[in-house]
Amino acid sequence: MAVVHFPNDWRRHTGGVAQLHVAAPRVQELYDELNRRFPGLGQGLEKAAVVIDGDIYNEAPYHKLEAGTEIHFVPRIAGG
Amino acid sequence: MSALLKPRSEPRRNFKYVGQRPIRHDGPDKVTGRANYGADFTLPGMIHGVVVRSPHAHARILSIDTREAEAMPGVKAVITGADIAQNRAQVSMGEGSGDMHDVSENCLAHGKALYHGHVVAAVAAMTLTQAQAAARLIKVQYEKLKPVLDIESAIAPGAPILHDHLRTEGRAAGAPDRPTNIAARAVLERGSLEQGFAAADLVIEREFRTRMVHQGYIEPHACVARYSPDGQVFIWCTTQGPFQVRGACAAVLGMDLGRIKVVASEIGGGFGGKTTIYLEPLAVALSRKASLPVKMVMTREEVLRATGPTPGSRTRIKMGMKKDGRLTAASVTMHCESGAFAGLAHRSTAMCCLSAYRIPNFFIESHSVLTNKPKVAAYRAPGAPMAMFPVESLLDEFAQKLGMDPIDLRLLNAVEEGDAAPYGPKYGPIGYRETLQAAKSHPHWSAPLKPNQGRGVAAGFWFNAGLNSSAVVTLDADGSAAVVTGNPDIGGTRAAQAQMVAEELDIPVERVRPSVGDTDSVGYTDVTGGSRVCFATGMAVIQAAEDVRRQLCARAAKIWNVEAEAVTWSEGAAHPPASLDKKPLSLKELAAQMARTGGPIIGRASLSAPAAGPAFAVNICDLEVDKETGVSRVVRYTAIQDAGKAVHPSYVEGQMQGGAAQGIGWALNEEYRFDAEGKMENASFLDYRMPVASDLPMIDTVIVEVPNPTHPYGVRGVGEVPIVPPLGAVANAMARATGVRFTELPLSPMRVLEGLDAKG
Repeated sequence: MAVVHFPNDWRRHTGGVAQLHVAAPRVQELYDELNRRFPGLGQGLEKAAVVIDGDIYNEAPYHKLEAGTEIHFVPRIAGG
Repeated sequence: MSALLKPRSEPRRNFKYVGQRPIRHDGPDKVTGRANYGADFTLPGMIHGVVVRSPHAHARILSIDTREAEAMPGVKAVITGADIAQNRAQVSMGEGSGDMHDVSENCLAHGKALYHGHVVAAVAAMTLTQAQAAARLIKVQYEKLKPVLDIESAIAPGAPILHDHLRTEGRAAGAPDRPTNIAARAVLERGSLEQGFAAADLVIEREFRTRMVHQGYIEPHACVARYSPDGQVFIWCTTQGPFQVRGACAAVLGMDLGRIKVVASEIGGGFGGKTTIYLEPLAVALSRKASLPVKMVMTREEVLRATGPTPGSRTRIKMGMKKDGRLTAASVTMHCESGAFAGLAHRSTAMCCLSAYRIPNFFIESHSVLTNKPKVAAYRAPGAPMAMFPVESLLDEFAQKLGMDPIDLRLLNAVEEGDAAPYGPKYGPIGYRETLQAAKSHPHWSAPLKPNQGRGVAAGFWFNAGLNSSAVVTLDADGSAAVVTGNPDIGGTRAAQAQMVAEELDIPVERVRPSVGDTDSVGYTDVTGGSRVCFATGMAVIQAAEDVRRQLCARAAKIWNVEAEAVTWSEGAAHPPASLDKKPLSLKELAAQMARTGGPIIGRASLSAPAAGPAFAVNICDLEVDKETGVSRVVRYTAIQDAGKAVHPSYVEGQMQGGAAQGIGWALNEEYRFDAEGKMENASFLDYRMPVASDLPMIDTVIVEVPNPTHPYGVRGVGEVPIVPPLGAVANAMARATGVRFTELPLSPMRVLEGLDAKG
């Protein structure tokens, strides 16, 4: 199961839940499950970059998840 | 090849061409004036476009009468907001995804002028003089509104509202759902502030301010656009991202992306400021109306008044520390002045401000605040300099109070591999400690100071970006190669890419021709920004060269009539299997036989690169202060930075020196000054005082190399983090030289004198 960490700003959509274990084979299925559990997340999930074990991806729906994979979400930042 | 790339093998350490300092391929054209920049391009039948700008910082546009202008001799087209529809598409741009509603509004006002200089109409005529004369005849009726010109006025109850539709994204629970000038709020927290401050032996609390400053690129924005009768669009422009110009123009103009081709000119600086669009959609719209190509070039005054500076900021910060120097808690509340439209710096300020230190308890809150000033744009590590300046200042103050060496204090609290960043994920291998140690062992740190001099040190952090890149490497029959990528070359990246091809194919760098492709000649590539070109596009270049190498091995296998897998490549040649009594075939020999062995060889790669590997930098500044006049002068400066692996050390050093110079200007001189009506008062390089070569000493550099494991050579981005430490380093040097802790930038002579007077 992947370990999902929610940013502070999202916890109003997760009922205050900061961390969650989710069984999902890939990022896409993880998003589907998170949207099912917390419908308010939708736009936030779409706009955010996903951090998979420390690596930041703007989009990685087909990235496979392994047991214990750490997932964070951060704003998409490119730079100047 | 196409891949979500995540190389995790140990980065290569031994190089033949990488790490050398060849002369850049584009150098001769640039120093002899042959290089073609944005304003250098012409097309047959081309006409000239100019814009009409609002004379008010905040005003409702009641009517625009263009009839007299349209009747002028030579005038071919006039456009207003009515000619460009509004939309809310999201397009990936500099700091992150850009809201095309705001981008479109910023290019051409619809209904309201939101800052002095906001474009309200544009006109194209046969000559520039005719266009300028016609622009003066466009009659705009305004209803003047009260402008909002600082953070306090913008967030005060009853403040004039810039956008009636705006609500705070990420607003606090229970905050009212009503129009506001606070566009967005970001929060990060860890642990318990109460416990953290209770555990502290020392607590310091201060408020810091920085002003809007401009990137100050030498080349003004310029473009030529041609809208053909069949709907095909050609744009030549100076930009950090031709693909982003294409995407943004398509979205703003409601056009088919596939009908737009963008060619990037040589670029005379950008630093983030050329990751968005200003003139391009206007030139296309004028060309569509006139059925002629249209050229538009900004003046310096227009660049300063109406393109994107970096936000001004206000930061309230409180930090707690044990007597042994360990940080226990930090509370940071920031407001970033985004100009007339929502900016994104509130995100990166929140994420960056404490990123260099282990702090068990913190609360960070950052806001994007709208004012009637130009819409901000990315500027080198957007948000990080003003976010870290308060933290680095307080650390210096803690060190003074504890009698500790400020570098030792930072070493005691520095993040390292495995520590969680304030924004969540854990750091991989990073070089902050190594960079601090290099600073401490540098002769500068222990050199004696003269009277009226002070020495400051400060650190900087930047994420670095990966994103999407493409590259094509073509082999020629004489054994030379060409490499094409989609990134305009700002900092010498063409030379670095040539070095990478040389390294992979083992041919001299001079035998590799690097160039920047247009949007039709190379795969999609994200902006030249985010310190990503040498890292991410460099990886695409390496993979494309590897692709060439694989094909060369296959050609050799064909010649030797063996399986391709049996052929190995080393020292610039294909080697047969041991069982075969044949001499190796060199790249040149194989290239000469391309036509007979299967045709031309082209290597391709495109990738989405995650995990760029964060960058850290430390600067040491010696400042001499004339306490009678308040004038200060940097007398010695050393920049130390982890580059992972410096592909072309001279250009890494150039980035470090350039970032330091810009940061010193930000700290000492630069600021946007507005009058009471919101008109910028210093819109020229005479009055907007950037440092020039004669203002600064030679900036020493030390490159630290802690390899980034996500790049095959260990490369990290180097372009942005150099601008982060100077604000703190200069301010700390000022504090040490004067005994006054200044919390507001720039440290102009007047401000320094006021501080000295207050001290008595």
